[in-house]
Amino acid sequence: MDRIDTHPTHKYGEFDLRCGKPLPFGASIVPGGVNFSVYSQYAIACELVLFNKHEAKPFATIPFFDQFRIGNVFTMVVFDIDYENIEYGFRMYGPFDTKQGHWFDNTKILTDPYAKAIGGRDIWGETPDWTVEYQHRARIVFDDFDWEDDSPLETPPENLVIYEMHVRGFTRHPSSNVKHPGTFAGIREKIAYLKELGVNCIELMPIHEFDEFENSRISPITGERLLNYWGYSNVGFFAPKAGYAATGKYGMQVDELKALVKELHRNGIEIILDVVFNHTAEGNENGPYISYRGIDNKTYYMLTAEGYYYNFSGCGNTLNCNNPIVRNMILDSLRYWVTDYHIDGFRFDLASILGRAQDGSPMHNPPLLETLAFDPILGKCKLVAEAWDAGGLYQVGSFPNWGRWAEWNGKFRDDLRKFIKGDPGMVGAMAQRIQGSPDLYQWQKRGAFASVNFITAHDGFTLMDLVSYNGKHNEANGEGNSDGANDNHSWNCGWEGSTQDININQLRLKQIKNALTILLVSRGTPMLLSGDEMGKTQRGNNNAYCQDNEISWLDWSLLNSNAELFTFCQRMIAFRRAHSALRSNIYHQDKDYLSHDYPSLSWHSTGAWNADWSYQSRWLAFMVLQQRPQSGTPRNTFVYVAMNMHWEAHDFELPGLPEGVFWNVFANTDMQPPDDIVQPSQEIIIENQTQFLVGPRSVVVLIGK
Amino acid sequence: MESKFSVTYQEGIASCELCGRLDATNAPAFQEELKKLIGQDVSRLVFYAKDLEYMSSAGLRTIIFAKQKIGAASSVYLIGAQEAVQNVIKMSGLDTFMILQDTYEE
Repeated sequence: MDRIDTHPTHKYGEFDLRCGKPLPFGASIVPGGVNFSVYSQYAIACELVLFNKHEAKPFATIPFFDQFRIGNVFTMVVFDIDYENIEYGFRMYGPFDTKQGHWFDNTKILTDPYAKAIGGRDIWGETPDWTVEYQHRARIVFDDFDWEDDSPLETPPENLVIYEMHVRGFTRHPSSNVKHPGTFAGIREKIAYLKELGVNCIELMPIHEFDEFENSRISPITGERLLNYWGYSNVGFFAPKAGYAATGKYGMQVDELKALVKELHRNGIEIILDVVFNHTAEGNENGPYISYRGIDNKTYYMLTAEGYYYNFSGCGNTLNCNNPIVRNMILDSLRYWVTDYHIDGFRFDLASILGRAQDGSPMHNPPLLETLAFDPILGKCKLVAEAWDAGGLYQVGSFPNWGRWAEWNGKFRDDLRKFIKGDPGMVGAMAQRIQGSPDLYQWQKRGAFASVNFITAHDGFTLMDLVSYNGKHNEANGEGNSDGANDNHSWNCGWEGSTQDININQLRLKQIKNALTILLVSRGTPMLLSGDEMGKTQRGNNNAYCQDNEISWLDWSLLNSNAELFTFCQRMIAFRRAHSALRSNIYHQDKDYLSHDYPSLSWHSTGAWNADWSYQSRWLAFMVLQQRPQSGTPRNTFVYVAMNMHWEAHDFELPGLPEGVFWNVFANTDMQPPDDIVQPSQEIIIENQTQFLVGPRSVVVLIGK
Repeated sequence: MESKFSVTYQEGIASCELCGRLDATNAPAFQEELKKLIGQDVSRLVFYAKDLEYMSSAGLRTIIFAKQKIGAASSVYLIGAQEAVQNVIKMSGLDTFMILQDTYEE
């Protein structure tokens, strides 16, 4: 029997209509039709504009009748429309008074803020037809994906090794040898590689729909148009980037991304999305109308008293995150990605903006961040903040967290970089970083896994460039090398850029191994930048946001030329995963509360039990005790790491071990392969059990067993 | 070529001949045909696709529907699909729950 509420009550032209349900917002398939619902506080009228897919002109415009507005929501059901083959938008009527914050313009067709798929940029890099008035075209999606038994993995953060990557850059280079380069399907083909490397979580740079054509700059080097390659510029918070799907041209990006998630999970790999809720692609006062500006500008954006856009993002506008409507939209978006895409966690770009009030001032208990921390649906998700913004708010160590949020630890990155290039006065800071930064996180009773440790990320130099360039080389970005960070703490090892000098190249490889070793023996969740495991270079470009070319694309042939780096990285990851003492979440030091006659963590230097904290000291060692799980099981093991960042070799006195336990070498970055690292558990016993000569700028990892 | 779909059922095996185009214009009717199989004991669903020129996402969805509604435990075969059709299925990752074969031996 048909339900009575599935029958039309009104007619407009050939269309059968009835008043819709205001929630959920967006377009929902209902019996017999589609329920459309859009919020606007200040609009006085709204029209639904319908297009056949890909067609420039609409085939229908249907007004929301007065009785179809409930509160501030326009909602109606349109019956008998071919929802697979249409695209829809809204036309809003209301005041244009920018001083009051209103930008209504009924000549514009606007994208639904809740669009689950967006057409118009179906194939990456295909020049759009700019004469089409509706560029980013909302579509209706099905949620019939067959997940079988899949669910998010909920890997404990202490067991995670994150790998940050760009969907397109990962397999776009011809050397990737995948069937569908630069796409979600391409990543699926490389899952075996990720498993071989040993990472168990990928973090994707933005995959929400964005417009790669929003830039108009031309490369001064090649004369080609520069695209927005990174995509930190949202067009829709619910739609996956069609151009990242091999099936985008068939409108099947939703299925393709879900298939990737499912296959990753089947292989024990989590997926974290880098989400950009701090601004949108609509830019400043001169930017385009895409959606929010024309739907309810005053709701969606932070505005000055004069009606201008605040620019805490550095991108022209600032999303009004702590407006209750926008806060709910963000929550709805995140819940949708968890529920419908089985996403395991989120990294929030410029997250400090999410803690600003509607007037831009930082808040003590930002309601949005608190809501996310306690949301039931996000309850098991990783929440990682980039704890700063472009407006000067820097909250590493103090991001409002409720014990739930982790942070990109920018201090780990900076201190490690300074330490490995031989800066004096860094050993004290390094001791903090290695322990999981208790100086930053202990005061709020947060554990070491509040810290996501990294040396490099998409923003800044790759690891190879960090040891190959003193300064950035961003000329290809067309901004006169004025863009990108200047405080890179990098050192080129004696020559700026690539060189044939064997000694310099060897030193660079060693410095990379030093950095990887310290990252992977430190407490806190390690994050690797995709490509660093094979020495990827961007030729000194530390801000490759617009470089959709070989500067950014991962060249897989590096796996052959830098095979020793891959092996080193792979074995270091395996070593970390084999030794839980390196992954402890509890801060403790020099205390033998486990009654093993040894502290669980102790500091050393060239002298055992005697760390040298002096300003000129560039040498530091530590030892962790891997306690036996239970009495009667194999005896305790010890991990000892000696770091000599001085340009001369130094003898390190080794801590004495209990009777029957001996020091064995796992890694020594001063050695040439294959002697630089062994397979975990294949460590080689050393002759001199009391002293170890650590080479210049070298790290040694020993295991006592 | 005329688009047409015939569904036959015999001893636990449902066979469907697909011809022409399977897209949003005719997928609902095909789905109605498939619905008749619900409740039958179907161990195998075999789609003969040699003469299928094009399958849109709506078409693919009817096959997803068949898998989900007719029997999650039954095996779904797509036989002799042309390369273009196979590509869409593989790129979107939907090949993981159906068996793509050139021929089908009963």
